[in-house]
This record gives sequence, C-alpha cells and structure tokens, in this order.
Amino acid sequence: MSLEIGSPLTVGLILFAVIITGALLITVERRLLGFWQERLGPNRVGWFGSLQVVADMIKIFTKEDWIPPFADRFSFVIAPGIIMSVVLLSFAVIPFAPNVGVIDSNIGVLFVLAMASLGAYSVMLGGLSSDNKYALLGSLRAAAQMVSYEVFMGISLLGVVALAGSFNLREIVEAQSGGWYIIPQFIGFVIFLIAGVAESHRLPFDIPEAEQEICAGYHTEYSGMKFGMFFVAEYVGLVLIASLITVLFFGGWLGPTFLPPIIWFAIKAFGFIAFFILMRAAVPRPRYDQLMTYGWLFLLPLSLVNLLVTGVIILSTQ
Amino acid sequence: MAKIVIDGIEYEVNPNNNLLQECLSQGLDLPYFCWHPCMGSVGACRQCAVKQYRDTEDKEGMLVMACMTPASEGSIISVEDPQAKDMRERVIESLMISHPHDCPVCEEGGECHLQDMTLMSGHNYRRYDKKKVTHRNQYLGPFINHEMNRCITCYRCVRFYDDYAGGTDLSAQASHHHTYFGRHEEGVLESEFSGNLVEVCPTGVFTDKAFSSNYARKWDLQTAPSVCTGCAIGCNTTPGERYGSLRRIVNRYNSEINGYFICDRGRFGFDYVNSEERIEAPLARKEGQLAVVPKGQLQSAIDTFQGSDVIGIASPRASNESNFALRCLVGDENFYSGISDAEHEATQLILSLAKDSAFNAPSVRQIELADAVIIVGEDVTNVAPRIALALRQSVRNKAKELAEGCNIPQWQDAAVRELAQHDRSPLAILSSYATRLDDIASDIVIDSPTEIANIASAVANRISGHAPAASSDEASVAQIAAQLIEAKRPLVIAGSTSGSVSQLQAAANIARALNEKRGDVIDLCLLVSEVNTIGMSLLVNERNSLGAALEKISNGQTKKAIVLENDLYRRAAKQKIDEAFQKVEMLVIDQLPSATTAKASLVLPSTSFSEQESTYVNYEGRAQLSFQVHRNHAAALPAWRWLSDQQSGDIESLINRCAEEAKNFDKLDDLLPDLNQFVAGMKIPRQSHRYSGRTAMKANLNVHEPKQPVDDQSVMSFSMEGIPATKDSAVLGAAWSPAWNSNQSISKFQEEINGDLKQSHVGELLIERNETGSYLSLDQRPNNLNENLQVAVAYQIFGSDELSAKSNTIQERMTDAYVALSPKDAKSLDLNQGDSVSLDGNGNIAIACIRSKMKQGTVAVYCGDNDIDRHSLGTTIALSKVTEAKMKRGIQGLIVSDLCEEGY
Amino acid sequence: MVRLIVDTLLSQVRTLWLVFMKLFQKKDTVEYPDQQPYMFPRWRGRIILSRDPDGEERCVACNLCAVACPVDCIALQKGEMEDGRWYPEFFRINFSRCIMCGFCEEACPTNAIQLTPDFEMAEYVRQDMVWEKEDLLINGTGKYHDYNFYRVAGKKIEGKDKGEALNEAAPVDVRSLLP
Ligand code: SF4
Ligand code: SF4
Ligand code: SF4
Ligand code: SF4
Ligand code: FES
Repeated sequence: MSLEIGSPLTVGLILFAVIITGALLITVERRLLGFWQERLGPNRVGWFGSLQVVADMIKIFTKEDWIPPFADRFSFVIAPGIIMSVVLLSFAVIPFAPNVGVIDSNIGVLFVLAMASLGAYSVMLGGLSSDNKYALLGSLRAAAQMVSYEVFMGISLLGVVALAGSFNLREIVEAQSGGWYIIPQFIGFVIFLIAGVAESHRLPFDIPEAEQEICAGYHTEYSGMKFGMFFVAEYVGLVLIASLITVLFFGGWLGPTFLPPIIWFAIKAFGFIAFFILMRAAVPRPRYDQLMTYGWLFLLPLSLVNLLVTGVIILSTQ
Repeated sequence: MAKIVIDGIEYEVNPNNNLLQECLSQGLDLPYFCWHPCMGSVGACRQCAVKQYRDTEDKEGMLVMACMTPASEGSIISVEDPQAKDMRERVIESLMISHPHDCPVCEEGGECHLQDMTLMSGHNYRRYDKKKVTHRNQYLGPFINHEMNRCITCYRCVRFYDDYAGGTDLSAQASHHHTYFGRHEEGVLESEFSGNLVEVCPTGVFTDKAFSSNYARKWDLQTAPSVCTGCAIGCNTTPGERYGSLRRIVNRYNSEINGYFICDRGRFGFDYVNSEERIEAPLARKEGQLAVVPKGQLQSAIDTFQGSDVIGIASPRASNESNFALRCLVGDENFYSGISDAEHEATQLILSLAKDSAFNAPSVRQIELADAVIIVGEDVTNVAPRIALALRQSVRNKAKELAEGCNIPQWQDAAVRELAQHDRSPLAILSSYATRLDDIASDIVIDSPTEIANIASAVANRISGHAPAASSDEASVAQIAAQLIEAKRPLVIAGSTSGSVSQLQAAANIARALNEKRGDVIDLCLLVSEVNTIGMSLLVNERNSLGAALEKISNGQTKKAIVLENDLYRRAAKQKIDEAFQKVEMLVIDQLPSATTAKASLVLPSTSFSEQESTYVNYEGRAQLSFQVHRNHAAALPAWRWLSDQQSGDIESLINRCAEEAKNFDKLDDLLPDLNQFVAGMKIPRQSHRYSGRTAMKANLNVHEPKQPVDDQSVMSFSMEGIPATKDSAVLGAAWSPAWNSNQSISKFQEEINGDLKQSHVGELLIERNETGSYLSLDQRPNNLNENLQVAVAYQIFGSDELSAKSNTIQERMTDAYVALSPKDAKSLDLNQGDSVSLDGNGNIAIACIRSKMKQGTVAVYCGDNDIDRHSLGTTIALSKVTEAKMKRGIQGLIVSDLCEEGY
Repeated sequence: MVRLIVDTLLSQVRTLWLVFMKLFQKKDTVEYPDQQPYMFPRWRGRIILSRDPDGEERCVACNLCAVACPVDCIALQKGEMEDGRWYPEFFRINFSRCIMCGFCEEACPTNAIQLTPDFEMAEYVRQDMVWEKEDLLINGTGKYHDYNFYRVAGKKIEGKDKGEALNEAAPVDVRSLLP
C-alpha cells in the first residue's frame, strides 16, 4: 500500500482526517468564539480543554435519541444521513496534494456543485418530516436559500474554470503555478466565499436554523446522534468550502518547498476556517428578505459581469 | 327606537330602557353594581354615574345615575367625561373602604365583578386610614359560604332572594355602614334558588361551598356549553372541570329558558360524576359475581346480545342518541319505553297534546309573560324548579301593568314594587298538599287527587259549556275560570308527575275550553319528570310500554334484554321486576351501580352528561345540544357507542342519522354547529386562554408531557388550541370578555341586554302542531273508598331525581321518605310527628310528617331515593305505626310552610 | 452608490478586524466552580416556598403564580384547614420548564414563592426536576421577613378572630341600634 491517488490507504486517511477535523472544529470554534467574545471557551476537559472534543463525542453518542411520535419516521431518520454522505462525497474530488486524493476527476467542479445541491434535500426532508412549524419554516428558508445561492456559486467559479481551461480541480491547481487565481478572479472569490457560507448555512447566513427566530429551524426536533450528524456535517461542510477556496483561488498545495505540499494545503484551509469562525463571531445575521434580495439583485449580476469580463479578457489576449 | 348621543357618537337605543342598560347593549364599558339585567335598577350603589347634557349648548352638564335615567330620545350623555370618571373612582374608593384584603383567599377572585369594576374605574390605593368595619359570618347550609366582610351593600342579594325568588329567610339587617345581609339566625338557606346568590352577588360574600371544597379558579376550569340533566326543563349550564374531576356548575344564559338563573338541584347535583362508585370497566357475571371482563372477551360478550329476540329498554335520562342507537340495534318493535306505565300513558297524552294546534308549550320566558295561571296537581317547585321561579315573575305582571298605567318604567324596580304592594296577577294552585308557591297564589285548593281532577273539570266546564260536565262545590271555581278568561295571556300547567292522568286530562280540557272561548292559542305547559322523557317517548311506539316489555319477558318471548341507563326498580313494582329479571339475561349500560346493574349479566360503563356530547328534548319538545366538557378516565363510553358496531362511530353522523330516520327529529341536525362558521374553521377551545399549569399538572407522572388529547368528535378542542369565543357565542362555555372576568361579561355576547346570544340558537322545537283535538273524558279510576287513605305522590327537589340524589352536596339536604298527613288522620292513627310508619304493611317504611293543610283522608307519599317502592302502592293505602326503624336522615331538612310542631 | 458599497465593505472589514483583536485582550470569564461568583440576593434562581413569621405555610393556594407563569410550569390545588386557612394540597413546579423569569414571585400576594440565588440545579434525570411542595417548602421567611398575609386579610383563622386583623374594628353587633 502506498500513498497514491485512490489507494485504499489514502481514501481511509482522508475520510478519517476529514471527520476528525470536522469534530475537532466543534471545539476549535467554541474556543475561538470564546476568545473573540472575551471569554475563555471550553477549557476544563483535558489540558486547556483539549479533550473537549472527546467529551462532546461521548455526550452526543449517549444522548437520548428521540424520534417524535408525530414525525415521519423514514425521512426523519435518513435526512441527517443524506447531508453527511453528500458532504463527505464532495471530498472525493478535492486534490489535497499531488499524490493525495480520492479520485482524479475531470469534472471535479461540477461534481462538487452537484453534491452541494443534493444537500438541500437533507435539510428539506429533515424539516418537513419533523411535523413542527419551526422545522417547516426552517426547511422552507433553507430550500430557498440553497437553491438561490447555488446559482452564483456556480457562475462565480466559471471564471476560474475558463482561466484554467479545465473542470479538473487538480489541473486548476496546477494551472495556478504561475499565480493564484485570487488575483485575476478577486470578485469571483468574494462571491464564492459568500455563496459558500450561505450554502453551508453558517452564520451570518444561518437563517434556516436561526435559534432566536425559529429555535434551530429544520433540526428543532432532532436529538442525540441524528442531531450530531447535522452538526458534524455542518463543520465538515465548512472544511469543504475552505478546501475549495484553497484549491480554486489560493493555489491548493502549491507553496515554497520547505514545507510538504499537504501542509501548505492544511495551513491555507485552516486560515479560511478561522476566517469563517471570525465571521460568526463578528457579523450579525441579515433578515431573510435582505439575504434573498442581496443574492438575486446584487450577487447574480455581479457574478455575470465577472464572467463576461473574464471571457472578454481571455478572448482578447488569445 | 330613539336616538341618543354618547360621547359624541349617535346610537339607536330603546327608549323604554335606562341609559346603563343601553350603554351596555351598545358594548360600552360602564361600571355598575346594583343594577342587574333581570332585576332592574334601584340606584343603590351610585357606581354608574355619567354626565348628561340638556342640549348641545349645555357645556356644564350634570351627573346622573345611568341606571336611573331613561334613554329618552335626544339624550346627550358622556361616559368618558372627567368629572363622571372621577365620581366613579371616588364611589368605588368609598365602597372599598372596609373591603378586606382577601382576594387571594376569596373564591370570587378571578371572576369578581368588584375586581373588574375597581380596575375599570381606576381606583388603586386605599387612602382611608381608619379602621375597617367587620362582620361575623353565618352558617348558611351545605350550599353557600358566607363571608360578610366583603359586602359592598349593593342589595342585589336580597333583591334576588326575597323579591325575585320569593325567599323569606335572607334580609338586610342593621343600618348605615353596619348593614348586614344574612339570616335572622344561622341555618340552611331555604330557597331552592339560593345557589344563584353566588352569581348575583358581585363580590365574594356568597360563594359556592361545594366548589370551595374542590376549588379551582375560573381560568383553570375546562368548560363547554352543557345542558342540565336535573329535570325536564333543560336549563343551560357551564360545568367546569380541573385535574380530572368536575368542579362546579354555573348558569349559562339562554334567553328562552333559564336566562340568568338555575335551581340548586342543577347547580349542586353533579358530583356523582366524580363518585368513587362509578362503574369503571365492563363487568360480567361469573359464578354469580360481577367481575371485570378481560379485554379480548368483551366483544364476544356484547355480541351475545344481538338478534331479533333481544329487546331494548330505553331511558328518560339517556340522550336521544343513546336511545336512538338502542332502537337501531334492537329494532322498532323490540324497543320499549323506560318509564312506568302510568307515566308512559300520561306522556303519550302529553305528546298528543303537543301536536295540537290549539295550544302552545310555553318556554320559561313565555311563562313569565302569563298573567293568569292555573296549576293542576303539579308540585312545580319540586318537579320543575326553574318554572316555579318563572311563575314568581308571572304574578308580577299585574304590577307591571299598574306601573304602565302610571307611566313608571318597568326597570324602576323599587317604584314598581312599591306601587303594586301585594297586588299580583292571579295564580290558582290545585294540589293535594300545600306547595312552595302558595305564598303568591290567589287561590289554593288542597284536596285528594281525584277531587282535584274533578275541580279542574269543573273549571273547564265553567269556562265553556262544551267541556265535559263536572260539578264541584269548591267556591273558587267560578273565580278561577273568570280570571283565566279575562287574562291577556292565560297559562295552564299540569303534567305527568302528579301520577294522575285524569288531572292531566282535566287540565287539557281547561286549556281547550279557553281556546274555544277566547279563540287564541293557549299556553299549556305540561311537565314531565326527567331530562329526556319527551325525547325518549318520541322514539318509542305508543304500545311499547314497559309493562308490555315485562309481559314479553314473563311469556318467555324473549330471553335477552338491553337496559339503557335505567334502574327498572324505579319504574315498576319490585316484585314484577324481580320476576322478570329471573327470566331474562340482561345487558345493562349505566354510570353508577344500581339495583338493576346488580342483576345484570353484563354491565357496561357509560359516560356522564359532562363526558359526552349529546342532545336532550325538554318539556316543550325543545331539543338542545350539550357538549362534552371533559374526558372519562376509566373505560366508560357514551352509551350509544357501546350500542354501535365495534364501539365506533361519531356523534355527528349519529345525530344526522337520527334526524333522517326518526320521526319528529328532523330538525335535530340543525343543532350541530358547523366548523366552517368559525374563524378560519378552527375549533373552539375548552380551556381558557389563561389555563395554568399545563406543563406541571401531570409532570409528577411523567416529565415528558403527553400530547394534547384530540377531540375528533366535536367542534371543540381539549386544549387551549383554537379560537375562543370572544364576541360571537355560537359555542360559548364560560363567558369572558376583556376587562370583564365575572359572569357579567355575558352582556358582551348578547344582541342586546336580555336578548338572544349573538349567533347562537336557543334549541330547536321538534314537534309540529298540526292536529286538532277535542275534549277528553276523564279517566277516573274507581275509588274504593274504604277506611284507607288516598295517595298523592310528593316530590322533593333534593332527592326525587335519581342521579342528583347520588351527589354528596345534595344528600346533605335530602330527607327520608315520608308520608304527609293531616293532624286529624294522625290523631286517629295515634301518630306523632317523626314517627315511623309502615305503608300497607309490606315493608315500606316512611316517616310521619304531619302537615296542617293536608286534606283529611289524603296522604302525600314522598318515596325518598326510591326507599319506598312507589309502584307497589295502590291509589289508597293503610298506615300503621311501627316502633323500631332506622332512618338515615329524618325529615329535619324538610322545608314546608305548614309543618305541625311536635305536639300539634 | 459606489460610496455606499465601499463604505459597507470597509465597515465589515473593520468589524472583523476589531473582533479579531479581541483575541489578545483579557478575558472576563469567572472560573466557576473553582472560583465561586458572588450571587446577588435578588438573583433569580431555585424557587422556594417560605413560611410566615409564625412558622405557618405562607402560600394560600391563590393560584396567581400559576397563572402568571409564562410556561405554565406551576400546578397546585387549593385545600382548606379546619380554621379557614387556605393552603396548597399539592404544589408542583416543573423546573425542567421553568425559565426563572420570576413572574411567579412578582404575582404572589403573600411573598410565599421566592426565587433564591441558588442556580446549581442540574439533574441527570429529567424527572428529578419536578419538585413537589415537600421539596420546595423551607423553614423560614426567605427574603421578606415580616409579612404575614393573614394579619392583613379579613378572613378569620385560628388565633385571629374577626376584627383582629390590621386596621380592623371589632365586629359589628347587628342587633345594636347605636350608630
Ligand atoms: S370579593 Fe372580589 S375584591 Fe373582594 S376579596 Fe373577593 S375577589 Fe377580592
Ligand atoms: S352580600 Fe353581595 S349582593 Fe348582597 S349587598 Fe353585599 S355585595 Fe351586594
Ligand atoms: S420563574 Fe417564571 S417560569 Fe419559573 S415558575 Fe416562576 S413564573 Fe414560571
Ligand atoms: S401566588 Fe403565592 S400564595 Fe398564591 S399560590 Fe402562588 S405561592 Fe401560593
Ligand atoms: S348601578 Fe346605577 S346606581 Fe348602582
């Protein structure tokens, strides 16, 4: 066995690393949020709270797993499974390093987008099957939000695709050896960043689960490990978006050779994760209608203009 | 209609009313205490001050009492005027000077008119720093609590108790700020309507004692509109439930029937519903003993009572639906009446008279309009109490007429009474013993039952020569006849409870003679004894009497019978029933164990009136819908459910089916409210919007709250969910309106004060009058006048009704079976007051009750709670003194005017 | 327009920066339970039922706390002693529902129900958060030492006849004609 693309060892390691990162993030986020809010955050389990994640895991696994009698059992049970698998599947096409990855697909970008749209089903099913008005509201919001933001998320990537001339994420990374796409595609990057946050419904765009308004939205009725799946999936999704930004705009594993490529990748990805957490600590949630107006009336035209200008430049320089 | 201006807005009002009433009719908030919609104004409390202006020029205005000022054309008043407001605030401040700091421990709290008015007037802090006047309380019997400190001297209590209900033992005593409202000495309040003090008193002076011992605040009660099952009048009530037990019953306004008042039987006779004796599970006979039926065997046990040879015995205390379901199960031919043969005969006659277009069955409101009344043989106070209260109003029509002559408005209560003094409209009572209405009667004839029928016949004959000839030497016959002929709206009252069909026939003849003489439709009020006697009898074939059923059983034509909510030992002689029961296997459905359930081979528990939705038909033939208030927590089901296939079905389709299939019931389905008529098609909640403790009531059992029970049978929900009645009252349990927490909030739901409730209907009159009848010949049974005494049946408001007699509160007022006789008869039998007497020497023991006004040769027998087997008594009996007999209660509680003292 | 967009963007960036800088500031956290925080006497924590200065149960089962409670987590039933005192036959608070809002204390006319500074109420079993009167009733007056409802109220109880409450005159003799 060796570390090469698609070997069982690589796949296993990636899966393990992704899930562990997701779980660890729960603690990291709480800690960082704490610091940014002048608190300490969880610091009691283990050395400086380092074992918090273990405690969290134990808690979530042993919590009462309650299926409300009025819920639609089947869809209620599969909904958290869907989101988990969809997010994990998206990692299949991420190029972590020259020889680390699950598959080398020439439609990587499209695959990621496809998986992201599947995620909407999970949220919708979870909300609908709960037979709870908050859950229903949450899932309605989620559906509308995810469907809308998917549109410009896709369009914002097209500039990168056009520049690289490929849908293959590996080739996109390699195409950046001359310079990261953040420079020519700054607007695309900003739009993708925003759409990515909205896609993973993280604060400030956590409108589908806004605790203060609709008490946790689509997962109001969830508890125990089913809730845990939604929870972890959200963090894994965060890792995914951070990885994608790294790959698409920040040259993936590329970097000076004193560090191995995989470390470069990890550093860049973590940077974005930290940025997302900072956003959560700092930016308040917009109103639902503001979110939609912003998306359709501002981001959509902007991403189209970006695409157009990119196209014109590429054509004129050829 | 007159136009008046209130605070700059023009209103159309009725000029015959006072300003207060019209302000309230228009939905305005104006505080008041002493005015009562049903009792008019006396201007005692000074709370209803408003500003009145002479004309549009007048800017000063003057303060007037709205309740004492007519709403005459062109009046300009202001409710909001600062001076008027200030006056109202000061008045309430002074009313509250001596009011105790009691609200938390006051049963009235939360539905207190005084609290509401204090808040409405804006008074907050007691500034008066002198001492509060205090009073000692009195023991007033098992129904009413007394806490005199809380009185604000509005005089409503005595105005109701004495003036309206004719009580004599409650009065205003002492003077100035020492005024005291109580009895001359401690003791039971005698009036049969004493319970209304609870609702009439705007404060917590008179409160419901039974409720207090099992108390819940008004907002915590689960309520629904219901109908009283105490007698055949069908007063509307609002029962309230909390923590699984029925807590109290209060009046529910119905403009045609009970208005604002119900009797004490209806108010206090419900707690059998909470009884520990209730049958909780299906029981089957096993080796001679009744034992709980295991779940799996129940259906097969019920199924054995199917087939063409099973007969069904109906019940006058079961709903139309249950009776109808039984009829569907056993078939028309096998469906038998559940009342005694004598009552059956009388009831059939009543039904035929009910179809006669010459007569009208008056509602209680219409009875109040009568200005000449004759009662033939009925003890109205004890049989149909609410009608007795209405009759007390009817005799005041004379006073109202006099007042009209003097241009005094009707609502000037004190003036009208002062003017009339003791002038009353005529009320003639023909009875076998002195009744509780004698104090307002113009003519009282006390005689044996046969003679009463005879005298009534003579009255009929006197009115019209076409009536069957009868002669009587009773002096008042001519006078009674003349009064009835001259009256504007005469009324004849009779019924089946006197036990004498001939009296009923004679009364019908009086009404027919009046009809012939006067040419108008005559009010003929025919009383029956139980809540659904009329409904049941409408469903039963005329020849299917109980006697016929018993005969069928003893002939061996049937081996199986289903007995619906009925103790047959109350319906026929014990010996006959015993005989029949030996030959038949019985399925008995009932709420409480009885002598009949003890003989059954299968007993199924049924729900009480408050645990089921059902309809009943009252004495007029008026069908009314009563909603389910709370759920039964044992295995009881509505009787109709036990009788339907697999205990399934829903009440609405059953009512619809009954309306379709049963003769005379075609309007029954009009009673059902339509969910679509409510806001957004949402249900009406049974719980108030402030229902408390929902997340803790059952938390001791399980901290996970159970899902709210769903009511799939009704337009009401078993929770707070839905849209409560706020202004519309199609389904109105407990009335509540913002700022009006007490029962006075009912004014917000009336079209106008004392009018119908908005959007609601007052029941459906089922029986159509399209037949013409003729005079009846009297059915006088041969009277073997040996040395024996003629028997009249006596009733007691507390005790004669089977179910209410099982209630603890009522039991405290019940007496033992007694036989009332004249002093002369007592002397000849060597009886003393309170001695034990054997009736006909066959084991029936009663207490001798010597009454000075009894006719010699006639005795009135009160059977207690079926302690005496009434159906085994003939029309005459022999009495003999017995020495040892243990009696439960004695007759101390008996309230009659002519009881002889110990050594008469 | 452009100005608006730029301003908005800059303001977001500034926000992010300011929040980021918090990383290096001193934290406010009190390290409970190593370090016990000072609890203010009027802190709204665990609920108790107190007794009046005579040592009798203060609660008169008036139901006002129950109706004031926004989550409806108080249930009780009124009972009455021989002498006319009202008391709760049972008094139950479902602490798993209570939001410690203090409305019950605010509503209570007798100072019986009081919130205390004790906030350490966690349980492993949710059922254990249902407290009955036996668990709630303490042997003292709580925060309010002097108030004794029955000394003010007009209702007669043992040891306090009619006319003996605060500001009350002796009962009226109905038969007397004197003013
Ligand atoms: S009568 Fe009304 S105001 Fe007076 S103590 Fe009772 S509830 Fe309070
Ligand atoms: S006892 Fe009640 S009804 Fe009678 S005067 Fe006093 S407050 Fe009025
Ligand atoms: S503190 Fe608030 S929620 Fe808790 S019992 Fe009191 S009123 Fe209810
Ligand atoms: S408000 Fe006070 S006196 Fe009333 S029931 Fe609650 S604790 Fe008892
Ligand atoms: S209501 Fe008018 S004076 Fe009392």
